[in-house]
Amino acid sequence: MKPVAGRLILLSVTVVVSLVFFLPSTPLFSSMPEWWKHNLPGKGMTLGLDLQGGIHLVLEVEAERAIEIKMDRDVSNMTELFAEKKLKVENVKRTGPTEITINLADPGAKEAVLTLTDDQFPTLSGRSPSDRVLLLTLRPDDAERIKKAAVGQALETVRNRIDQFGVAEPLIQQQGLRQIVVQLPGVKDPGRAKALIKNTALLEFKMLDEDHKVARELPSRVPAGKEEDILKEFGPQIPPDDEILFERNVDKETGRVTKTPYLIRKRVALTGDVLTDARVAIGEFQSAYVSINFDSTGAKLFERITAENVKKRMAIILDNTVYSAPVIQERIGGGRAQITGSFSTEEANDLAIVLRAGALPAPVKIIQDLTVGPSLGRDSIEKGIRSTVIAGAMVIIFMVVYYRLAGAIADFALMLNLVCLVGALAGLNATLTLPGIAGIILTIGMGVDSNVLIFERIREELRTGKPVRPAVDAGYDKAFLTIVDSHVTTLITGFALFLFGTGPIKGFAVTLCLGIAINLFTALVGTKVIFDLLNRRGRMEHLSI
Amino acid sequence: MLEILGKTSIDFMGKRRYSFAFSGVLVLVGLLALVHIWLGKANLGIDFAGGTAVQLKFEQPIPIEQARQALIRHGLPDVELQEFTDGNKLLVRVKTTTTIEEKVAEKVLEAFKKDFAGNPFVVDSSYEIGPTIGQRLQKDALIAISISMLGIILYVAARFEFRFGVAAAIATFHDVFAVLGVFYILDKEITLLIVTALLTLAGYSLTDTVVVFDRIRENLKVRHRDPLETVINNAVNQVLSRTVVVSLTVVLVLIPLTLAGGEVLHDFSLALLLGVIVGTYSSVFVASPLLILWKGTPGKLLRRR
Repeated sequence: MKPVAGRLILLSVTVVVSLVFFLPSTPLFSSMPEWWKHNLPGKGMTLGLDLQGGIHLVLEVEAERAIEIKMDRDVSNMTELFAEKKLKVENVKRTGPTEITINLADPGAKEAVLTLTDDQFPTLSGRSPSDRVLLLTLRPDDAERIKKAAVGQALETVRNRIDQFGVAEPLIQQQGLRQIVVQLPGVKDPGRAKALIKNTALLEFKMLDEDHKVARELPSRVPAGKEEDILKEFGPQIPPDDEILFERNVDKETGRVTKTPYLIRKRVALTGDVLTDARVAIGEFQSAYVSINFDSTGAKLFERITAENVKKRMAIILDNTVYSAPVIQERIGGGRAQITGSFSTEEANDLAIVLRAGALPAPVKIIQDLTVGPSLGRDSIEKGIRSTVIAGAMVIIFMVVYYRLAGAIADFALMLNLVCLVGALAGLNATLTLPGIAGIILTIGMGVDSNVLIFERIREELRTGKPVRPAVDAGYDKAFLTIVDSHVTTLITGFALFLFGTGPIKGFAVTLCLGIAINLFTALVGTKVIFDLLNRRGRMEHLSI
Repeated sequence: MLEILGKTSIDFMGKRRYSFAFSGVLVLVGLLALVHIWLGKANLGIDFAGGTAVQLKFEQPIPIEQARQALIRHGLPDVELQEFTDGNKLLVRVKTTTTIEEKVAEKVLEAFKKDFAGNPFVVDSSYEIGPTIGQRLQKDALIAISISMLGIILYVAARFEFRFGVAAAIATFHDVFAVLGVFYILDKEITLLIVTALLTLAGYSLTDTVVVFDRIRENLKVRHRDPLETVINNAVNQVLSRTVVVSLTVVLVLIPLTLAGGEVLHDFSLALLLGVIVGTYSSVFVASPLLILWKGTPGKLLRRR
């Protein structure tokens, strides 16, 4: 017989370590003294979203749009550049997702245009299919780089916004090539959080086209939902460089929403990337507005535009919705502007956040949205704990009734198993999910399996007339390989679940795998020590099994 | 010594004709379910099929027919409704192949806010899953199943003999199909959680089979002169009380989980419960008789450790 003392110490150390790891996860932790909190390892187990409530979003960045946006910007820069250099170019158009066509007024200008574009737009490669046409295409590796950068920038922007929104322990990470996973535990107003994340927040200043006859014929207000009709009615008459965008108005008293259509020039006068700050302020009549500051380039541009367009109207547009369209009264210097509109303080606040955090480089699509309310989570924890207690009690009673003293020893191993399992989960900072709780319960059920195997073997040995000690030893020896085999097969399934499962499933796989590994230890070492201890006290004549 | 079963000597192998016939039916139903899943006709959960599921908790009981009418009035004719009487809960499921952008969840909330103004509710949970995610999850689930099955066959084949591995794998597939078949007949939703349960029960069923096989191998080494059928019968009888006791403890644990674990875990625990019962049956009545069908080379096991 192997010495008992060493194994006993090993067991006690395991229990103490497990308890130390587990303590921070219990409600007791908050009432413990400061020094104790400091010296305890880790923050213990965290509750999964399904238990504490919150939202889990998977966003997909429409990276192709980032390329189109870049190409559109190149087109407008080119047009300006050609005009500045007085090159004989008829027009510049984007004719495909990664293709720009330049129509020349004079074939002689070809060389000069090509040299200029090669120099100024290094991401484009040019060729000339005919005398008067130049085709510029985006190089494939640059396209890849832009897509990658778009996802990275989107990740950064979403992180900024959430940081400013204020959520405890958010998780924001990239998944695969195009996707971003956002987990916000314990969020009270999921709708607001989602809107905050999803807004592209592309801020644009564009001039109104007030001279065209469409502008005069547009109705001043239409009920919400009638936008399509307006677009259908006036669509064919809109000049090619203009578009119709709507302003949203909310009646303060009735809450009715109406829309005001505007005829707006497509050319962007200024975009939000020259912004340095955006804050909420309260104006006359207690209405909230957002005051914005431009950087020096932005300030200069804004001053020039306002100077050139006095008494004309400029639209402030966010994500293709007009916020306001004020008349420029005079030249505005100093790099400041205000965005007014009919919004609540809360909406103004969120607007300021998205403006400060910057625009998304491309629109994002929510492709998965899991929201769990806090009440369901509480409910689940209560039910989970209740069924764990009932299940545990039933197994413990059954074992004692069926195997008597040996059953009590197996129950001791079971408790040891549970303590070590929660300790290990806490030590690994694992996330406890509802299926994870099911995994713990399942471990209780399967945990006695090894001991049942051993006990049945011991019973067989005793039936052949062996004395107690050799029977116990033989039982353990013969059951050993069977136990290992059966545990390994379950571990294989557990690993497969861990590798390919997501969220809650992963939580289940972790508890299952840990439970099985720990079970191997408690069943083979834990119970054997007790038997050996009993045997040492003198030769046992009978074993209550 | 308290014993549920004393020393038994039941002729399990002699009954293999009946058990094979019974199992054949179980597997057939399971295969039917699988074909239907493949064709997209089965009751796939929204995590695989894509769509929206909103669970609401009302203050007063809500008649399911009225709820359905309200949703139809608000332009949601194709909904599945499920009540949980415990706590006036209602689960609204809308399966769509379109994107989340349609805001189905908001429409559902709107409908109940307007038509049941006198019965306020809170949102317990709201799941919206786009079809691309569903397809990826389906693929992941298939990979997980394949890898674990392959791993198990290889392990059992390495520890025992190839035919043991194949027999164990067949028995395991049998259990998974049987539970899948029962769920299909009960028209239960096949969700990610159910797939997890199926994989777990595969692991459990295998554990059970391995214990029986272990004893068969042990007996084959000692008593290689006896007819194979007798050796296997004896082995099964010897481990029978262990098999029954262990299944009993797991069943003891799963019953409270099924009854009191809450609506999220109910189907999951039910699948495991069925799995444990079928898994116990299959180690005795499917896996072991399969070894008689495929005898292998006599004495091969003797040379192995």
